[in-house]
Amino acid sequence: MLINWFRFSSPVSFYPLAGSWSYALGALAALLAGAGLVVGLWIAPTDATQGDAYRIIFIHVPAAWMAMFIYLVMAGWSAATLGFNTRLSAMMAQALAPTGALMAAIALWTGAFWGRPTWGTYWAWDARMTSTLILLFLYLGVIALRSAIEDPRRADRACAVLALVGAVNVPIIYFSVQWWNTLHQGSSISFTAAPKMAMTMFAGILIMTAAAWCYTIAIVLARVQAIIVERERGAGWLESLIDLRAGGNA
Amino acid sequence: MAQFFAMGGYAWYVWMAYGFAAVAIGVEIAFVRARRKRAFDALRMSVESPPPRTPPIMRAESPR
Amino acid sequence: MSRAPRQRNANAGALRDAPAEAARSAGVDDARASVLGAIGWALARDFRVALRSKGELGVQLLFYVIVVTLFPLATSPSPEILATLGPGVLWTSALLASLLSLPRLFASDYDDGTLEQIALSPRPLVALVSGKMAAHWLTTGLPVAAMAPLLGSQYALETPMLGTLTASLLLGTPILSLLGAVGAALTLGARGGGTLLALLVLPLYAPVLIFGAGAVDAVRAGVSATPHLSLLAAGLLLALVAVPFAVAAAVRIALD
Repeated sequence: MLINWFRFSSPVSFYPLAGSWSYALGALAALLAGAGLVVGLWIAPTDATQGDAYRIIFIHVPAAWMAMFIYLVMAGWSAATLGFNTRLSAMMAQALAPTGALMAAIALWTGAFWGRPTWGTYWAWDARMTSTLILLFLYLGVIALRSAIEDPRRADRACAVLALVGAVNVPIIYFSVQWWNTLHQGSSISFTAAPKMAMTMFAGILIMTAAAWCYTIAIVLARVQAIIVERERGAGWLESLIDLRAGGNA
Repeated sequence: MAQFFAMGGYAWYVWMAYGFAAVAIGVEIAFVRARRKRAFDALRMSVESPPPRTPPIMRAESPR
Repeated sequence: MSRAPRQRNANAGALRDAPAEAARSAGVDDARASVLGAIGWALARDFRVALRSKGELGVQLLFYVIVVTLFPLATSPSPEILATLGPGVLWTSALLASLLSLPRLFASDYDDGTLEQIALSPRPLVALVSGKMAAHWLTTGLPVAAMAPLLGSQYALETPMLGTLTASLLLGTPILSLLGAVGAALTLGARGGGTLLALLVLPLYAPVLIFGAGAVDAVRAGVSATPHLSLLAAGLLLALVAVPFAVAAAVRIALD
């Protein structure tokens, strides 16, 4: 069976695919989030040491993981842009950056509000939070560079280079921040010391992570549709799209 | 019910965290929908009223 | 018999002829000579251009000295506090001084079209770009590292700490030049100029800052700074090998 890997690599063929997947995954995300929140906020037992404050991990951990994963996926699409010079891979990278930045911001905020009741301070300069903050700066840098360069194709390639340089640096940054943190803080504060997992807690985190994945893919596909329409204006196939939509956007 | 919202005394922290996440996600969805609408509106306008072609060169009315 | 005098354009002509002549006269393996020749040529040219505007170099160094002098005014002149702050302040100011000087690397060549000529040269762009970055370090990072012992003693740092500080700066400032060049090349012709460059480059600088200032802190705490300096050296080697390719790619993207 021969698979044509590039079948959907043109904006024309990808657009309807993005639309249907976006709605399907969005609905799935809502379902999973609902189930996850029920498990996390209701079913899972109160923790002995941290009380009900630990329930923040059900939003903090998925957001932190997504912030990392989205950067890796963005770097992957950036490598495809530089390697194959395809427009769509650059549009995917462009669509991923804002969501990645948002996930990093949610991780930072929720982490601060988890830290305050648990370890006494909103911001503790621990390794993971500081690395996430630097990751947020890297996202904002890619977004800023995109808006600073006028020519879209040049912006595609410049942001691709920046994303890849950043991706190579992320492990180095994480390692160095962890080094710095262990030297100065000792092990008094550690965001890895989540409460010992009861099965329900673990299930809750898994469900919320799946919800975060589905939401991310859904919102990124919706955004890439908007980007395709913005950038492919002038291409004939778009006009048939308007006829289909009969004056509205679904 | 009140016990649920009180979150064992940690209400401020838990709801500030979840509230921010909910607001952030809501804002992102709103932004993406607005962006799609803007893109489609711009597309519709460029299709319905195409940009005017350059006017034909004015010719002298009667050749001499 | 009349011969028209050969017109030598200061930039373009020298570009085409000098590395090739160096290769021929050296009589060594052609490929290796062209790479080293290209690096040497670009380094010499940028160095000469930088020396022509000594005032600009002096101003950058003066910026470093002024910033370093301002910090104790904001905190306290007591030696214990200064010794705690010193490594961080000296290193952060070195970062900022490096940032200030980065636009000089590509921007003026980009504006007058020389960079395009350089990219069109048959010599490998990676080598030419490496020469430019080396010249940048010689005129920016090296003076900062040389000033460090003098400024460090202002911060009540003792001699072993001063030695470690200088070593860390000597190892770290080339990395700053290399990473900064990526940002400088990517922001060529983009709006937002210097501040955008800072946003792009400062997060990448964080590990260098951590290990550089950490080395001096280690000596102050009585521990060995060898791990920090080794990591800096390893980072420098990695950057020397990998970064010029990214910079060359970014320059080509900017010139399209």
